[in-house]
Amino acid sequence: MRTLLILLNKEFRQVFRNPAILRIMLVVPTVMLLVMPLAADYEVRNVKLCVVDYDHSDYGRRLINKITATSYFHLVDYTDSYDKALHYIEEEETDIILQLPASFEKDLVRENQAKLFMALNAINGVKANLGGVYLRSIINDFNQEVRQDWIQLPRYNVQPIIQIVSNNWFNPQMNYRFFMVPGILVILVTMVGGFLSALNIVKEKEIGTIEQINVTPIRKYHFVLGKLIPFWILGLVVLTIGMGLAWAVYGIVPAGNVLTIYAFAAVFLLAVLGLGLLLSTMANTQQQAMLLSFFVMILFILLGGLYTSIESMPKWAQAFTVFNPVSYFIEVMRMVILKGSSLADIQRHLIIMFGFAVVLNGLAVWNYRKRS
Amino acid sequence: MKAVTVSNIRKSFKNGKAVTEALRTVSLDVEQGELFGIIGPDGSGKTTLFRILTTLMLADEGTATVDGLEVVKDFREIRKRVGYMPGRFSLYPDLSVEENLTFFATLFNTSIDENYDLVKDIYSQIERFKTRKAGALSGGMKQKLALSCALIHRPTVLFLDEPTTGVDAVSRKEFWELLRNLQRQKITIVVSTPYMDEAGLCDRVALMQQGSILDIDSPQGITGKFSRQLWSARTEKMYDLILSLREMQGIVSCYPFGQVHHVVPEKDFNITQAQDKIRAMGFPDIDLAPIAPTIEDCFMHLMNHPENRMTAGRNNEH
Repeated sequence: MRTLLILLNKEFRQVFRNPAILRIMLVVPTVMLLVMPLAADYEVRNVKLCVVDYDHSDYGRRLINKITATSYFHLVDYTDSYDKALHYIEEEETDIILQLPASFEKDLVRENQAKLFMALNAINGVKANLGGVYLRSIINDFNQEVRQDWIQLPRYNVQPIIQIVSNNWFNPQMNYRFFMVPGILVILVTMVGGFLSALNIVKEKEIGTIEQINVTPIRKYHFVLGKLIPFWILGLVVLTIGMGLAWAVYGIVPAGNVLTIYAFAAVFLLAVLGLGLLLSTMANTQQQAMLLSFFVMILFILLGGLYTSIESMPKWAQAFTVFNPVSYFIEVMRMVILKGSSLADIQRHLIIMFGFAVVLNGLAVWNYRKRS
Repeated sequence: MKAVTVSNIRKSFKNGKAVTEALRTVSLDVEQGELFGIIGPDGSGKTTLFRILTTLMLADEGTATVDGLEVVKDFREIRKRVGYMPGRFSLYPDLSVEENLTFFATLFNTSIDENYDLVKDIYSQIERFKTRKAGALSGGMKQKLALSCALIHRPTVLFLDEPTTGVDAVSRKEFWELLRNLQRQKITIVVSTPYMDEAGLCDRVALMQQGSILDIDSPQGITGKFSRQLWSARTEKMYDLILSLREMQGIVSCYPFGQVHHVVPEKDFNITQAQDKIRAMGFPDIDLAPIAPTIEDCFMHLMNHPENRMTAGRNNEH
């Protein structure tokens, strides 16, 4: 215990003496939380639309007005040449072409049905897809209106109609930031807990101080605990800073109990510290540790459900995410912050995370033994 | 009880398919309170031997004890009793001089004040920089700090791995004086160095070459065993001289030694005859003089004449 306290004293002295680490701890969360949720926005707005109108009719104009009245579409040009519109697509100046045939109004009034043509630039798949969906729903609406204009509505609907009204739970405004911020908090904690700790241990190897430590009566577990405890604390500090920023900047207040988050983070940090330890046994220089961390980090982020939801990944990728501790924490964060889940709701996650902590630390110790 | 015993230690490193034999059956004993030097060129296995004795590495074969304790079995107890100063500066550069020393003192459950008398000579020289970060010290200061840190827990055996490498001549001399003073405090010191001229400052030395010990004796003992004549040769054309002498009948070996060449002749070769002969070979200004052998001469001789080496596993009695 006494030895551990001496080591902790030394470790904290070094951390607080290292302006870079302190700066990283304060600046990284701020920048990540300020920039990323704003930049990484999946909502599709300002889809560029080009209308090719061969009809120039009243109904056509009503439709176009309805479309451009929404904030989703930005009318690039209103033309009567399809070739010109196609040229816009080639120049990447428009995403969608909507073509109204010459007989649009005539067909609509006379035949009760008319055809529209929609061409999507699918180079940006997400934009084309969502833009198409938006456009279709607006046209449907328009269709409904037209019918209402014509039909003398009876007192009751002739045909029973099921109207679907959706209600967005947990994030009523479908604010993308509410989805991103909890995930980014997880990435921050992972960086501090997993990778700064790995770099710190490898640094002792690289500058040779571990040699001097090894000839003293310090036991290995003293040394390891002396390294892990400071980063466990720093991880929780960064989480606190991050949650403070999330509240101050985005007004995100956890719907659930903050202590639930801390409880899970405490266990999660055990797991990532084990990972850091494992990485440090594999690397001999800080450069190697850096590159290894980078590789692992990318995997964690891309397969962690931060940007793309895990459910929409192919089956094999979903199988990978089962082994990604970050994905569990991201899920828990969203559950607690948005949904207000309690400790009982995240029980399964907590148990799995304990498993990660045991396995990763076990692997690290085993690998450490093997090499000494 | 001997302070250090090493018997038949072997250690090899594998690097892919290549196997480097770092230590080939090394044996030696160090007496209590002795200043023992391990002298050999780079790559002779000095550091490997130190790492085995300080319990940082396991030997492939053989046994070793430090302060009567077995290096494999009692490594924990050994770590409490030895001081080790690695060849490379390995203290925390971001901690101050005082913090480094305090850190190592408290790890051993002691304090700077408690053992101040032991490190006084050394630490007093750097004490005025005690708030400076260790990384910002000069080379000589770093080395003094490292020695203080290795000493602060009053070790019984002190291992110093090439402490004088890369240190200027004045500091080197000073450093050896410090070691002499430490020896008076009843600390056994094992020191390695690649500099042959430092051998004379030790009580006994072991000469190492390519993982084997060539000889172990007092410096006088080693030079005394040099059974041949030794001449120094000097002329204007030094390079031509060495080439010619190496070809010459009756010359065993010839090698450059500072400003002169050292020449080892056959036992019955007369110096005046030799001088005439060399003069006739186109070196009219040749100046041959008999000289006393140094450790380096003995080292060169033992290196080239394996039959004169001590046999492995048997120690010369002191």
